[in-house]
Amino acid sequence: MGDSLFVSLQKLFKPVFWDATQATGEEEGLFNYRRIWKLVVLVVTSVSVIPLVIITAMDYNLNRRAMQAEFIHPMTSLLSNTSLSISKFLQQRVAVLEFIANSGSFDTLADENHLRSLFHSMNEAFGGFVDIGLIDEHGVQRAYVGPFDFTGLNYSEQDWFEEVLDHRIFISDVFLGFRDVPHFVIAVKEVCAEGKLFILRATIDTEQFNRLIHSLNVRPTTDAFVVNRKGVLQTPSQFHGNVLHQLPYPVPSYSENPVVLDVKDAQQKNAFLGYVHISNSPFVFMVVKQQQEMMKNWWKFRLELTGFLVVSVTCIFGVILYSSTFLVRRIYDADIRRSIALHKMEHTNKMASIGRLAAGVAHEINNPLAVINEKAGLIKDLFSFSEKYVRDAKLLSLVDSILSSVDRCSTITHRLLGFARHVDVQLEQVDVTQTLRDVLGFLDKEAQYRNIQVSLDITGQIPEIVTDRGQLQQVFLNIINNAFAAVQDGGRIEIWLEAAEPGVKIHIADNGCGISPDNMKRIFEPFFSTKSKQGTGLGLSITYGLVKKLGGEIHVVSELGQGTTFTVSLPVNQETREEDAGADLIG
Amino acid sequence: MRILLVDDEEELVSALAERLDIRGIAADFVTSGEQALKAAEQKQYDLVVLDVKMPHLSGLELWEQLKNRFPDMKCIFLTGHTSERDFQAGVNSGAMYLLKPLKIETLIHSIQAMLPGRT
Repeated sequence: MGDSLFVSLQKLFKPVFWDATQATGEEEGLFNYRRIWKLVVLVVTSVSVIPLVIITAMDYNLNRRAMQAEFIHPMTSLLSNTSLSISKFLQQRVAVLEFIANSGSFDTLADENHLRSLFHSMNEAFGGFVDIGLIDEHGVQRAYVGPFDFTGLNYSEQDWFEEVLDHRIFISDVFLGFRDVPHFVIAVKEVCAEGKLFILRATIDTEQFNRLIHSLNVRPTTDAFVVNRKGVLQTPSQFHGNVLHQLPYPVPSYSENPVVLDVKDAQQKNAFLGYVHISNSPFVFMVVKQQQEMMKNWWKFRLELTGFLVVSVTCIFGVILYSSTFLVRRIYDADIRRSIALHKMEHTNKMASIGRLAAGVAHEINNPLAVINEKAGLIKDLFSFSEKYVRDAKLLSLVDSILSSVDRCSTITHRLLGFARHVDVQLEQVDVTQTLRDVLGFLDKEAQYRNIQVSLDITGQIPEIVTDRGQLQQVFLNIINNAFAAVQDGGRIEIWLEAAEPGVKIHIADNGCGISPDNMKRIFEPFFSTKSKQGTGLGLSITYGLVKKLGGEIHVVSELGQGTTFTVSLPVNQETREEDAGADLIG
Repeated sequence: MRILLVDDEEELVSALAERLDIRGIAADFVTSGEQALKAAEQKQYDLVVLDVKMPHLSGLELWEQLKNRFPDMKCIFLTGHTSERDFQAGVNSGAMYLLKPLKIETLIHSIQAMLPGRT
């Protein structure tokens, strides 16, 4: 079903020139219409579609960059501003602790009442402090103000203690601690005037962070949060969970300037990830924006652009296909017409040459032949009138043999001249059916002898036509003779006539050996014969010339091994045609 | 009745003349147009059989001259071939055309047709 549909469509759309080749050898490429068509389609498509695709791609990229810039710019601003706020928040707390550490000696600060007074002042001024403690050089907490009783705790084994001794200032990651509340620690090392080293350590509530980020008022499709450098959330995240949850993607490389990347978010959706590292802290501020929302307009544009491209390319390709097919079809038609004209001209020239040759040969042979004929005739006359030789049958038979051979030669030269003959057509009203019957009458004996069935069918009323009776007889005789030659003994020849506006069509079909396609191209050529030594090769050529002269057409259809059908179409009223000059001869 | 045969092929025309003689038709032969004109001046011929293509004076030219001088004379052209134009010219002047080689009977029938009642 599918195959037959494909074949039907192929037949419907396949141009006539698709399987046609007018030449072989070196000129094959010149007349390979399918190749020409493909070349035209390829070249025209290339020069028209490729620039369109390139321009569309450039437009796509430009728009994409413009739209991305439009989205990324606010993101970088947000990152930059928020990171500054966080940094300022941390610097303020560090500065407060440094100020307190510088403002008094170790012993003064070790006074818990004094430390409490300072703690309250700090909270009133900046807020967010949970507790504060003074730690001596051995890591022992000497004084503590806060919700727990941590006085006397020893921190010397903890990592942060070593780090603050090395770097003077330490800011910890967020952790839950005893109260199970997220917070982080800022510790400052100081050496007092007496040369005593101590550390001031304060715990900061992350609620301050959260408020800072919450105040950004980001869209529902945007997530802003703080992580540490290991990717652990330091503030709650809309997409990635609560504090201390691990981020699903690694923290990008260190950058104190805002950077925006394309990533897949937790739902595996395309997202922009913007980040900036907060200087002198373990914190990284991040913003994740889902692209879906942001890029909706971009995708709409992309869809429109793709649609435009597809429609344009389809239209262009359709026009190219149509115009290429049309143009190659015109070339093909012109070539066919040219080929027919050349073929006709070639045929005409050949006929003219043959005519001249035939006339020349006939003349040159006829004269000596006439001498032989007359001399032999004279010998016969002398023998016939001589008492001595009149009874010599052998001599007379020898002379007769010469005369018979002369007669055979004469028949051939006359036939040659008949081929070149051109006499005015003598027009008269002719009954085609009767003419055919007359011709068949000549061949009755042969048909009976070879048991060939000859039928004559007449369809409808056959009009009388104005034509040359003798030449029409010659046409029929030649074609039917050919049919007799083609069929085996016991074969069949069917002849039928039909009226065909504006004349008569005569079909002569045999069930003989048929004609091969190669021979079919040459059957009307002079001297072309498939009967080897038996044929002169002039019969059908003469027939072709006669039919043309009578204003008609002759066509032949044949299948090898199946038979041949000749169709002669003749007009009711003919206009005589001027034949080629080479045939301007008479025998 | 006397007939003049004119052809540049002497072998042909001599044999033909002899064959006609055998059949009781008096025939002379010459091998050129000039000789034919002389012969026609010397004897009265009822019919000439002319080869169309001859050197110097062609059969048609010869017939033009003979016809002018001897209006009662008849003519049969004998030819290996001829063009339609020559054929038409000959036929228009009342001549008959025969194609070489020909049977003697054909020639005699043609002569009888051209000269009815004289043979």
